[in-house]
Amino acid sequence: MSLLVVHEIERAFYGLRALRGVTFSVRAGAITGLIGPNGAGKTTLFNVVSGMLRADGGRVTFDGKDVTNLPPHALTRAGLVRSFQIARGFPRLTVLENLMLYAQDNPGETLAGALAGGARVHAAEARIREEALRVAERLRLDHVKDNLASDLSGGQKKLLEIGRVMMARPRLILLDEPAAGVNPTLTKAIAGHIRDLAAEGMTVLIIEHDMELVRDLCNPVVVMAEGRTLVEGTFAEVVADTRVQEAYLGRNAWH
Amino acid sequence: MDQYLIAMGTFACIYGLMTISLNLSWGITGMVNLGIAGFFGIGAYTSALLTTGLHWPVALGIVAAMVAGAVAGAGLTFATLRLRDDYLAIVTLGFAEIVRLVIMNELWLTNGSDGISGIPAPFPRTYGYAFALPFLGLMLMVLGVCYLLSTRLLHSPYGRVLRAIRDDNEVTAVAGKDVVRFKLKTFALSTAIAGAAGALYGHYTSFIAPDVFAPLLTIYIFLALTIGGTGNARGAVLGAFILIAILESSRFFPHLMPGFSAVQHAALREMLVAVVFVVCLMFRPDGLLPERRVKRTETPRAGDA
Repeated sequence: MSLLVVHEIERAFYGLRALRGVTFSVRAGAITGLIGPNGAGKTTLFNVVSGMLRADGGRVTFDGKDVTNLPPHALTRAGLVRSFQIARGFPRLTVLENLMLYAQDNPGETLAGALAGGARVHAAEARIREEALRVAERLRLDHVKDNLASDLSGGQKKLLEIGRVMMARPRLILLDEPAAGVNPTLTKAIAGHIRDLAAEGMTVLIIEHDMELVRDLCNPVVVMAEGRTLVEGTFAEVVADTRVQEAYLGRNAWH
Repeated sequence: MDQYLIAMGTFACIYGLMTISLNLSWGITGMVNLGIAGFFGIGAYTSALLTTGLHWPVALGIVAAMVAGAVAGAGLTFATLRLRDDYLAIVTLGFAEIVRLVIMNELWLTNGSDGISGIPAPFPRTYGYAFALPFLGLMLMVLGVCYLLSTRLLHSPYGRVLRAIRDDNEVTAVAGKDVVRFKLKTFALSTAIAGAAGALYGHYTSFIAPDVFAPLLTIYIFLALTIGGTGNARGAVLGAFILIAILESSRFFPHLMPGFSAVQHAALREMLVAVVFVVCLMFRPDGLLPERRVKRTETPRAGDA
């Protein structure tokens, strides 16, 4: 069953047609890889799917419901949460606060709840803190939990990206290059975390350039090039496909 | 001299309300409000007109001033939602000037530059301590309540969302927060406080005129908050009291520095404010009471996990 269906999505930036009809679907429970050469439109597609950019045309369906052009916060509440390629987080919030912010339905986030307080608000906040601590431990960020996010190393920031997404308890996670610029050891650790999430029942869609990671984690793999979906299949299938080779090496490379 | 100090304390409380207001919108949420003076003016005129013209009780006038401030603030945020953040600064600055010019020119309603006099006070206006002391007490109480509420808000999950918005609007939305609603509510709350400050100013001095709400007032509030420290209500209140202390103590300078004309003394006074501000920022760039840094626990920063 498809949890996410992307149908004929189009998006242009003035004259540049970044997305020219992207179509694919994400099977529930799978780790789907989205690959393609630089400039293929992968991140633009993520921005459209996560509500940060409006689509010029096409439709995004999540869990059977049309969610095209819904604002990001509505998508997150519906259970579709994304991470960012360049770790973005909140530099002046601590690691724990970064995590706690992503919890959904916090009664202390209403003006009345914040000012009146009360047992319900405190209990919810304590529960969220517990959960954030568990996520931090799991990602081995517990020793820096009280540090400001701006003081983290590059690798720790990437882990925090994943941790924040986990806190929202989504059904579908969009990860934009979770292992970009990360050393091989940490890449393996991140792959392990992603596999754990999938094992817990979350569906994952990953943009990634690290082909080893894609091979180990993703099935199926969707290939995009020049704003379109090119092919879809297992890693072995798409790598063997001449159209994919052309897209990566340049169309005229062999002529 | 005692009475003078009591009066200055009262003014410091009024300024303190405005720094708390600015701290909510700018200090915590990152929404620059260069129109504080405008909201102050709206509050002052709303309450003054209702209590003098329609003879509303003072308490109701103040409530109406807060509502007027909140409505104006919400309207202004709503109008600028589609603009980038820094445009809010420009629009609010323009808004405050429009408010001042409307008050100057709509004589039928506001009496123009002659202002409104005879604004009633919450208790009988007599000479001496009988009026000044209770009013100072009232102001301290109002300031205390606003201080406690804004501190509570800052340390709540709601405040965490506001600080997140200050760092990154878009990621806060991805975190599942309706950023627009948070901004609207918080800005309206802050302009309601500015409105209350304006109303209390009118009820204290019994007279208001448009020149009180000149842009310089907004600049003073920004200076006060910056000197005190943004991001926390303690810094906001401290900054307001320091500002009043500088502004008022410089009144006595003519006695210390004879040989300058009155105009030169007025200019020297503003220069003094500027010098204090620059010196403060050189030695305490985050203000005297900076936003509390989080306690560092056990291990120091580690490398890649």
